[in-house]
Amino acid sequence: MKRLILATILLLPTLAFASTEGPLLEQAHTDLNNKTSLQEGAKLFANYCLGCHSANYMRFERIGKDLGFTEEEVKQSLMYTTDKIGETMKIALKPADGITWFGMAPPDLSVTARSRGVNWLYTYLLTFYLDPKRPLGVNNLMFKDVAMPHVLWERQGWQKPIYETVKDAEGQEHQVLTKLELVDKTNEKERVEKYRQEVLNLVTFLEYMGEPTKLERQRLGMWVLLYLFIFLIVAYLLKREYWKDIH
Amino acid sequence: MNNLLTATLGWMDDRFPVSQWWNEHLAHYYAPKNFNFWYYFGSLAILVLVIQLVTGIFLAINYKPDASLAFASVEYIMRDVEYGWLIRYMHAIGGSFFFITVYLHMFRALLYGSYRKPRELLWIIGMLIYLSLMAESFLGYLLPWGQMSYWGAQVIISLFGAIPYIGEDLAVWVRGDFVVSDITLNRFFTYHVVSMPIILLGLVFLHIIALHHVGSNNPDGIEIKKQPKNEKGWYLDGIPFHPYYTVKDIVGVAVFMIIFAAALFYAPEMGGYFLEQNNFFPADPMQTPQHIEPLWYFTPFYAILRAIPDKLMGVVAMGASIVVLFLLPWLDRSPVKSIRYKGIVFKFALFLFVISFIGLGYLGMQVPTATFTLMSQILSVIYFAFFLLMPFYSVWDKTKPVPERLTD
Repeated sequence: MKRLILATILLLPTLAFASTEGPLLEQAHTDLNNKTSLQEGAKLFANYCLGCHSANYMRFERIGKDLGFTEEEVKQSLMYTTDKIGETMKIALKPADGITWFGMAPPDLSVTARSRGVNWLYTYLLTFYLDPKRPLGVNNLMFKDVAMPHVLWERQGWQKPIYETVKDAEGQEHQVLTKLELVDKTNEKERVEKYRQEVLNLVTFLEYMGEPTKLERQRLGMWVLLYLFIFLIVAYLLKREYWKDIH
Repeated sequence: MNNLLTATLGWMDDRFPVSQWWNEHLAHYYAPKNFNFWYYFGSLAILVLVIQLVTGIFLAINYKPDASLAFASVEYIMRDVEYGWLIRYMHAIGGSFFFITVYLHMFRALLYGSYRKPRELLWIIGMLIYLSLMAESFLGYLLPWGQMSYWGAQVIISLFGAIPYIGEDLAVWVRGDFVVSDITLNRFFTYHVVSMPIILLGLVFLHIIALHHVGSNNPDGIEIKKQPKNEKGWYLDGIPFHPYYTVKDIVGVAVFMIIFAAALFYAPEMGGYFLEQNNFFPADPMQTPQHIEPLWYFTPFYAILRAIPDKLMGVVAMGASIVVLFLLPWLDRSPVKSIRYKGIVFKFALFLFVISFIGLGYLGMQVPTATFTLMSQILSVIYFAFFLLMPFYSVWDKTKPVPERLTD
């Protein structure tokens, strides 16, 4: 154990360096006040993610209340796995099956927006590309040799990597992946825009799910701060009154 | 009504020293009248302690100290418990604010020589509080059972393994298992909510008793108890703690609460310094994170640990960096207490010390590279030099004469 930890500490620099590979993060300009975006994101989540990924800490009922769905709407467009609205977003996929089929159990996504960050998730969902070397035929710029298939391919279309040959300082030639391109370029501009909006919706929903109380927290904070400022004024005046006779 | 209250107090006083305690510790406890900004942090540290105790009780009501349930129970608190998110954030950032107040409180002692005779024991009790606080926060950090909780505990407990002969057994004894596991979580929970709070409260009580026995120091480092008393029975430069410092400390509380609330409601993660991103991944014993680092308040000591290539010597140096603080009352041989009357040498040394402490804190968060390790080594040397050379430079330093009375 001691050796393992020591080795871990010693290997940290190389590992950390490896993790800085990949493209720069794209900025996801999420807006938790945008109900439409959240609702669309929730539907995408239920249709595309909830098959394999659970959100074990998130209740359907709460999503309905927070996002402005009626109970009927929640049942129709989100609940494919249960008929109890008080349930959390569980899945039928067993972790062991996940390991058999994908090589790992798909992680629970309840707090992924907090562990990975929204920008990471946004970029991740934009950067799947064709890679015949992988068992599922795709790879990802944010997550090298990712086990997940590109489930949103029918919305995005397939992307292929474009390589360029560059010479490094020692004159060695390397193939460097410079960008991703849609294989099918019909209506490219509109399709890219539409897909980006869809991913943004999905990521907005993931952000909401990571901390459903975020808006309430920020709203309550204003009142607490207002109270504290008034309290400060009163406390200061009291102090000044008492300290008048101290020199 | 008034008569009834007086009668009740009289009845109480015959059976319990209510008035006596009130007078000894508040109404007739005389404090120097020139306390400045630095003197808020003692009472603020008590405030944070109370916040931690109260929020901690509500968390313990809903938390499950079980490796298979712990992570989920924290999210349950964040989502399904009424205002659970508020309680949990208060407790989580309260840990960081505890260290902020305690570090500023300790720095005040460095500025004004508050550890000098007759306050050596007061300082040592304070250091014991600091040590207990470190233990308490380390134990508590395991409870959310995230990746950093798990691997942070794994790395720190493994440090015991560096001790010759008994090290490995000691580490197993601390964990209760060969790796950090459900057993470790269970015992850490018990220490965190039972043992350490009792110890902390006891030490804080002793700290206050010791303080009230010797009296407070002040920015001038003058003993007001050596002064004569005026017609009201006050020392010339002293004022009763109550009402003067109670009302003043309430202003400090208000300002502190504004800062605390701003963090709580608008930046509870504080960019990863209060709540780490990696701790939102559930603990996975099979997957070591790429970069393991403690929370910010431990990083100066973590940097000293990593600065030394040999593991045992690293652990020894880290221990020494804390032990040396205990010796401070005997290392400082300056004829004056306060920085106001100390000379340029001490001021410069203190400046270097602050640079080294903050610098080490920064380096402890970084992935170690050759340059960073070298910097950590240099700053560690400065850190130790501040203490170990103090018996010499505090004597050479040209001090100014200390006046009889407080200056402001």
